[in-house]
Amino acid sequence: MTGEVILFWALAPLTVLAALGMLLVKKAVHSAILLAFVMIALAVFYLVQDAPFLGVVQIVVYTGAVMMLFLFILMLVGVDSSDSLVENIKGLRGVAIFTSLAFAATLTSLIARATTGRDPVGLELANGEGNVQGLAGLIFGEYVWAFEIISALLITAALGAMVLAHTQKSPEARLSQRVRSTARFRGESIGTAAGLPGSGVFARHNAVDVPALLPDGTPSDLSISNLLAQRGDVQETKRYSLEGLPKLDGEDKK
Amino acid sequence: MTSSNLVYFVALPLFSSALLMLLGRKADKWGHVFATLVSASTFFIGVFEFLAMRDRAVEMRAVTQKLFTWISVGDFQVDAALLLDQLSISFVLLITGVGTLIHVYSITYMSHDRDRRRFFAYLNFFIASMLLLVLGDSYLNLYVGWEGVGLASYLLIGFWNQKPEYATAAKKAFVMNRVGDFGLSIAIMIAFATFGSVSFAGIEEKVGGASETALTAMGLMLLLAATGKSAQFPLQAWLGDAMAGPTPVSALIHAATMVTAGVYLITRSNFVFDAAPNAQLAVVIIGVITLLFGAIIGTAKDDIKKALAASTMSQIGYMILATGFGPAGYAFAIMHLLTHGFFKAGMFLGAGSVMHGMSDEVNMRRYGGLAKFMPITTITFGLGYLAIIGVPPFAGYYSKDKIIETAFNAGGLQGIIFGGAALLGAIITAFYMTRVMLLTFFGNKRWADDAHPHESPFLMWAPMAVLAVGSVASGYLLYSGKAFVTWLAPVVDKHKHEHVEFLPPIVVSILAVTAVVIGVSIALLKYRGEQASEAPSDVNIFTRAARRDLLQDDANEFMFMRPGQKLTSALLATDEKVIDGTVRGVGATMLGSARGMRKLQSGYVRNYALLILIGALLILGTIWVVTL
Amino acid sequence: MNPTNYLYLSALLFSIGAVGVIVRRNAIVVFMCIELMLNAANLAFVTFARMNGNLEGQVIAFFTMVVAACEVVVGLAIIVSIYRSRRSASVDDASLLSR
Repeated sequence: MTGEVILFWALAPLTVLAALGMLLVKKAVHSAILLAFVMIALAVFYLVQDAPFLGVVQIVVYTGAVMMLFLFILMLVGVDSSDSLVENIKGLRGVAIFTSLAFAATLTSLIARATTGRDPVGLELANGEGNVQGLAGLIFGEYVWAFEIISALLITAALGAMVLAHTQKSPEARLSQRVRSTARFRGESIGTAAGLPGSGVFARHNAVDVPALLPDGTPSDLSISNLLAQRGDVQETKRYSLEGLPKLDGEDKK
Repeated sequence: MTSSNLVYFVALPLFSSALLMLLGRKADKWGHVFATLVSASTFFIGVFEFLAMRDRAVEMRAVTQKLFTWISVGDFQVDAALLLDQLSISFVLLITGVGTLIHVYSITYMSHDRDRRRFFAYLNFFIASMLLLVLGDSYLNLYVGWEGVGLASYLLIGFWNQKPEYATAAKKAFVMNRVGDFGLSIAIMIAFATFGSVSFAGIEEKVGGASETALTAMGLMLLLAATGKSAQFPLQAWLGDAMAGPTPVSALIHAATMVTAGVYLITRSNFVFDAAPNAQLAVVIIGVITLLFGAIIGTAKDDIKKALAASTMSQIGYMILATGFGPAGYAFAIMHLLTHGFFKAGMFLGAGSVMHGMSDEVNMRRYGGLAKFMPITTITFGLGYLAIIGVPPFAGYYSKDKIIETAFNAGGLQGIIFGGAALLGAIITAFYMTRVMLLTFFGNKRWADDAHPHESPFLMWAPMAVLAVGSVASGYLLYSGKAFVTWLAPVVDKHKHEHVEFLPPIVVSILAVTAVVIGVSIALLKYRGEQASEAPSDVNIFTRAARRDLLQDDANEFMFMRPGQKLTSALLATDEKVIDGTVRGVGATMLGSARGMRKLQSGYVRNYALLILIGALLILGTIWVVTL
Repeated sequence: MNPTNYLYLSALLFSIGAVGVIVRRNAIVVFMCIELMLNAANLAFVTFARMNGNLEGQVIAFFTMVVAACEVVVGLAIIVSIYRSRRSASVDDASLLSR
């Protein structure tokens, strides 16, 4: 019972569960977190298998950079973007699950057939000078051409991302302040000239997540940030409406 | 001996016909005269050749003219060549003579028709084809003429094809002829297979060496061809309907010439039939059946042309009967053919004259008492009548009497049956012809209210008169001193057969004349008095059957037409459902499978991803299977 | 222990990732499942390196990581620009190529 075995049998089921969870959870952010867990577990596996360099790179590049990038994009695209569980292409789910089960089964059988009777050689010899040195010898020796191409790919990808994500400055941003000011006062309604209402105005509480009340007591949507509304973090105004207040003696309510 | 004149017989009328057809309306004014002159010129060439032939020695009488080598394929050599011998010249004179007279008649008869020029073009074409038929020196050359007259008959019967019934009658004639033509084709094939040649001379040389089976088969096929063209049983149903054509056509084609082509064929093939007694027996039986068949039908017909058509059928039955008796009978058959040409054509022209005077009425029940108004017609028709029933010394007496005698001379039981049948036919012939005469020219007037019968113009009664002279005189001329028999002998009777006499000729003559008297008396008794203008409807079953042509059309319909129609509709259904169904099915399958495959292009990326996964799975599966 | 177990684990993770690509509709989640598949492949390569006794498996895994990173960058940029114009991140919406 080596430590590796214990580690494997402890971590591998968790990895699989995390992967399944990534598949099944509704919110995309949860999926991202679960994927990060999977990647860290894989980094641990790399470390165990005499690939320390790769294990660290996995954490630094994948978990650190790629998953963070995912989370940033999720934030931009919409944190709450979730799929409904109802599948609109008939039969897709069933066929997909069946196919991938068959795939896994076939692959397992093939692996079993290919590896029976073969002992692992182990990396002691290859890592003789150290894992990093060994890798460096290969990368800058035999595979230097692939290395150069991949670096070109990196540069191209960065350029591509810049081009794709570039936006023109919005027309409003190019206008000068004088123009914007006159537009505000001569716009459709003078009501927006002074800016949007602040949160919590006329309400009993003026936190960012409490909407302002209009003169007739209804909450104003303009006073709450869109993001909060999407996230569902807006407080109910009923708690702060005037109707709920106990009547003062002898006073008519307006 | 060769001659260079023979080609003109065929070429001149053919050229005239083509000219009149091609020039179209431009030739309307003079087309008919030109055609008549061409026909007359062929007659004069015929007379010239006849006189020249008579002056030659017997062995040198036959002349040939080779036009060109037609077919030259390996062993099969056929020349387009013409042969004029004693048999052909008889026909040539008949065709051109009667033909020219009818051309003259048609000038007036068709004067009201705006397509008269086309009519004359067709008449000339017919003359050319019929001459080619009788002048051909091989079966194949004969076949060309045979087909040509079939075509001419179709064109002329359906001349007034604005009426669908006439067009159908033409089609019926052509189709039934075709069945006979099939027989002729088979006969030619048998001839080539057996003898290696199809020319008359070539076959005659080799007849001795052929098997009797082949000769009988060929003879039966020739008989089939003859029944088709000559309207004999079983292919006789078209002749009555052929009366839909104009009367000159009926006179020329369906009385004098085309329908006699069958008799010519059998006579010309005498060397085949003489060597195949079974085929000859078949010929005789067909002849007997038809002569009685036609006679029975003729007694019940009220349409004057159809009555004469039935009479033609019956008389040709006599001729076929005669040809079945071998060398003893050929000459008499041809003699009867020639005399029949005179009196039957004369009677048809007379019928046309009557129709012309009675505004194209054909129903004899609406005639009556016309003798006073159309004297010339009555006299010419009457002379033809006397000839056909066989009153001596008119033409028919000599020829028909001889046929009856030949029938009896066949000997034994056969002779008595055939001779008796021929006599019975004579009685019935006398009966129905007298009926025609009485209903038409004598008795009470049963005309329609607007009828004004009048005699026909000169160009119409002149040919009738000439033919009447022929009806009177031709029999005696041909028979006296056995002139015609001797004339024809080198062609049909080369081996000088012994002629057996069963009954003395005088007995036969008395029997024949008695038959005539019986028939005439019965008719006189029945039709002498007042006649109704409508045909009586309460008649016995025989009359009813005879009115329906002895159910010949019903039989043909039942045996051939309905099964043919069913076959056609079955084939049509097969074509539509099976073949079209298969083709359409292939198309529908393609469409269906395309529609199914179109669903793959759903536009959803996830579907495509699934397909990729399935593809990967298939590859893995293949590797799994392969590395087992 | 037998490193083959890592291979089985890799196959399982790969299949899970494949199902995820097909079943999920959010474009970003689909991307994450693709990342999962790539990682599973990397695990397999590292295991092979250990089994064969040379480092080439690790070199390939390293290069795969680089390529995956590039792919994520460009892919997410595309998703952002699609989202900007269509206001929706669902994969099913891009179905104009249907019949």
